[in-house]
Amino acid sequence: MTDKRVSFSGLLLPAALLAPQLAVTAVFFLWPASQAVYQSLLRQDAFGLSVTFVGLDNFVRLFEDSSYLSSVQVTIVFSAATAILSMSAALLFAVAADRVLRGSTAYKTLLIWPYAVAPVLAGVLWWLMFNPSIGIIAYILRGLGISWNHVLDGDQAMILIIVAASWKQVSYNFVFFLAGLQSIPRSLIEAAAIDGAGPVKRFFTVTLPLLSPTSFFLAVVNLVYAFFDTFGIVHATTNGGPGTATTILVYKVFKDGFIGLNLGSSAAQSVILMLFVIALTIIQFRFIERRVHY
Amino acid sequence: MVERRPYLTVLTHLTLILGAGLIALPVWIAFAASTHEASDFLSGLMPLLPGDKLVENYWKVLAHGESSAGAPPIGLMLFNSTVMALSIAVGKIAISLLSAFAIVYFRFPLKMAAFWIIFLTLMLPVEVRILPTYEVVAGLGLLNTYAGLSIPLIASATATFLFRQVFLTIPDELTEAARIDGAGPMKFFRDILIPLSRTNIAALFVILFIYGWNQYLWPLLVTTDASHYTAVMGIQRMVAVPDSEPLWHLIMATAILAMLPPVVVILLMQRLFVQGLIEQEK
Amino acid sequence: MAEVSLAQVRKIYPGGFEAVKTVDLAIEDGSLCVLVGPSGCGKSTLLRMIAGLETVTEGTVTIGGLPVNDREPAERDIAMVFQSYALYPHMSVYDNMAYGLRNRRTAKPEIERRVREAAGLLDIEAMLARKPRQLSGGQRQRVAMGRAIVREPKVFLFDEPLSNLDAKLRVQMRIELKRLQRKLGTTSIYVTHDQLEAMTLADQLVVMNAGRIEQIGTAMEVYEKPATTFVASFIGSPPMNLIPAASDENGQYFGETGSRILRLRSSAERIVVGVRPEDIHLGEAHPGEATEPDSVAFTVEVSGVEPIGAESLVHGHTGQGHDLTIRVPGYAEFGAGRKLMAHASPKTLHFFDAGNGRRID
Repeated sequence: MTDKRVSFSGLLLPAALLAPQLAVTAVFFLWPASQAVYQSLLRQDAFGLSVTFVGLDNFVRLFEDSSYLSSVQVTIVFSAATAILSMSAALLFAVAADRVLRGSTAYKTLLIWPYAVAPVLAGVLWWLMFNPSIGIIAYILRGLGISWNHVLDGDQAMILIIVAASWKQVSYNFVFFLAGLQSIPRSLIEAAAIDGAGPVKRFFTVTLPLLSPTSFFLAVVNLVYAFFDTFGIVHATTNGGPGTATTILVYKVFKDGFIGLNLGSSAAQSVILMLFVIALTIIQFRFIERRVHY
Repeated sequence: MVERRPYLTVLTHLTLILGAGLIALPVWIAFAASTHEASDFLSGLMPLLPGDKLVENYWKVLAHGESSAGAPPIGLMLFNSTVMALSIAVGKIAISLLSAFAIVYFRFPLKMAAFWIIFLTLMLPVEVRILPTYEVVAGLGLLNTYAGLSIPLIASATATFLFRQVFLTIPDELTEAARIDGAGPMKFFRDILIPLSRTNIAALFVILFIYGWNQYLWPLLVTTDASHYTAVMGIQRMVAVPDSEPLWHLIMATAILAMLPPVVVILLMQRLFVQGLIEQEK
Repeated sequence: MAEVSLAQVRKIYPGGFEAVKTVDLAIEDGSLCVLVGPSGCGKSTLLRMIAGLETVTEGTVTIGGLPVNDREPAERDIAMVFQSYALYPHMSVYDNMAYGLRNRRTAKPEIERRVREAAGLLDIEAMLARKPRQLSGGQRQRVAMGRAIVREPKVFLFDEPLSNLDAKLRVQMRIELKRLQRKLGTTSIYVTHDQLEAMTLADQLVVMNAGRIEQIGTAMEVYEKPATTFVASFIGSPPMNLIPAASDENGQYFGETGSRILRLRSSAERIVVGVRPEDIHLGEAHPGEATEPDSVAFTVEVSGVEPIGAESLVHGHTGQGHDLTIRVPGYAEFGAGRKLMAHASPKTLHFFDAGNGRRID
């Protein structure tokens, strides 16, 4: 860790300065997290009368539970599709915004504001657009001969939440892609142009490789977003249904814990998600470190 | 641009206009819907142009709410959201400034331990520890309080890291000059460090305000009493009306009102926001 | 006003690096003392110990008769001008200068008076309301000096204050700084790596190397009688030529057989002879005859000439292959490879013990 050459002395003052953050961290982060780990090793009977220590049995059961495995699958499909859709749309817009000379500020403004819209509201907006009886998209699809009803069709419900989640995330990705594009030295692009590469070729041979750090970073962030922040979209629009077609992992933790009151299993699911976030964080940090050393 | 290709320029503008349109479409539809009356949504295609019930609908949700769904007036929910978002933004900035100051400018035993404890919170989003966190808040009697809504979301490693980063770029000689000028640690913090970080503080404030405003799962859990509902979570109570058609016009009026404050903030502070977003991830 | 003294002062960093190795130094009241040396020689560490920005590992720092080892920088009654100026970027020039006084709870009218006075002295009255980023490098430098002056301290500490300025401005500020120091009469300690700056400013010149003081004296003393080979090669531009004396069965000598030779007697086993570039005179090579009476002679093979206007620097090497530089007036036209006879008066030669580098008189 980098240090300052100058430092103040004292023990009480730094302790007092750190106290608020450490207190909040201990009470609302570390204690609950350790409780989650502890509860994941216990099982309550159906009436909540007795608690037994079951070791890793909750985890074993999870991986034997077809509903959990299907939730994993649903989450993978959902987060991969959301990341790909929102990142490609954002990249397209960023490349365009980077090209324009006139009105680029206006375009930027028009593209970044959805960042401020809560995921749940994004869900509600698209829920209206896709409403089987009155929504405009359902209406257009009907005109194309496609019958749309996400209340009954699992795949369609999945499409609804992917579209809503991506719509909200485009602006975030756009900001980073645009910053990434603007940090590419102009001279590189000009050199490629002098070497006879047309705009399309330049994009794939020069711009895109140089954007790979940004893309990698965004892939991780989008994954985390799709895993956790999208709870509101699912909860407000599909409720994980029809059946379990849109039950992503976070939604399942919530459902099993707060509605099903299956505390041990819900805690075990939390622990698995924590491990997932820790793994992603470590990957990201190693990556950032590498980038710094370049 | 490296070369002139008019068709490419036209294509570029077309892409952007189409993109901006696509991005705006859902909100336009929602706005149009919020200006009609319930009977316009009975069948066929919903209205795509604004109707004449704008004032009536918005007045209704603002002042009265949708009592049938147990939702309070959105005026109250907007107030609650504001309190929560401000508490989270101010609280997070305050405790992160202090802890980053301690970590960067002091040498003391267990400094690394403190650093890692804060760092750990980076890996524990509220969603993965909801149940036990809920139990802690319930145990402290903080359900249905503003404190319960905001404090558990206040500790965050990202803000501490951001300020640590900012402080590390402040030249040592400035600290030395201040020491020679007779400024002790807290005076230095107040007179030099805070003023020098004010753009970063403002940028972070924008991001944290939006983060706090848009919280959904957490308020859903800790508010069982409608008087503490926030706007963003309150909408779910209106959507989840069993066995009846949703009251589209009122839901959409609520949605528009709930997204308006953070969107206005982002539009007014666009430059700060973009800077803050990118710096936070550095 | 105060004298400053360092007694047996050492600095060892936590990592074990000994930046300053047992230094003794006394600086007279009202004088301008310059610490000069290459980077890493410990001069800045020494200054920072006097300022109180570094702890003193061993020894005592005394300001105005009071030991200050355990005092905070603010309690030592010193003011410091930094290389980067370290102006508070968010404060106006006025506030930058007033900040230290306000922290000392100086009365408002008194602050106002002192800031105006210092600003007048430095010719920055028109800039008091501006922020540092609206000023040029030279103006920032003045503000940094102003911030030190308003404090009316016992001692001014300067840490390479001019090295961020361009060459022309540096010369101008150097003259002004000296004038100001004379006028205020405040004891000043000035750190620089630039020997020219050091020589022009110093009342007392302290040459440092590898954590030690090599020599203390006035600029001319140090120039004329360098105490060590290090000082000889550090002070003066181009530096003094240092040539090991040759030896034969009769002992050590300097010069060439056939020319006049200086026999050297010394307790030292091996000897280095120093001669300033301007003390060597060149003539045509006619071995066997000394063109100048009483001078030592040796052959030089020219490798190149650098004309610098009023004079030229002739680079070459002796018969034994030692490089040397000779300063000749006007424009010298010597082709590379040309052999010349060099003469030097024995009075201009400096002798050093090759073993420990110390001067032999």
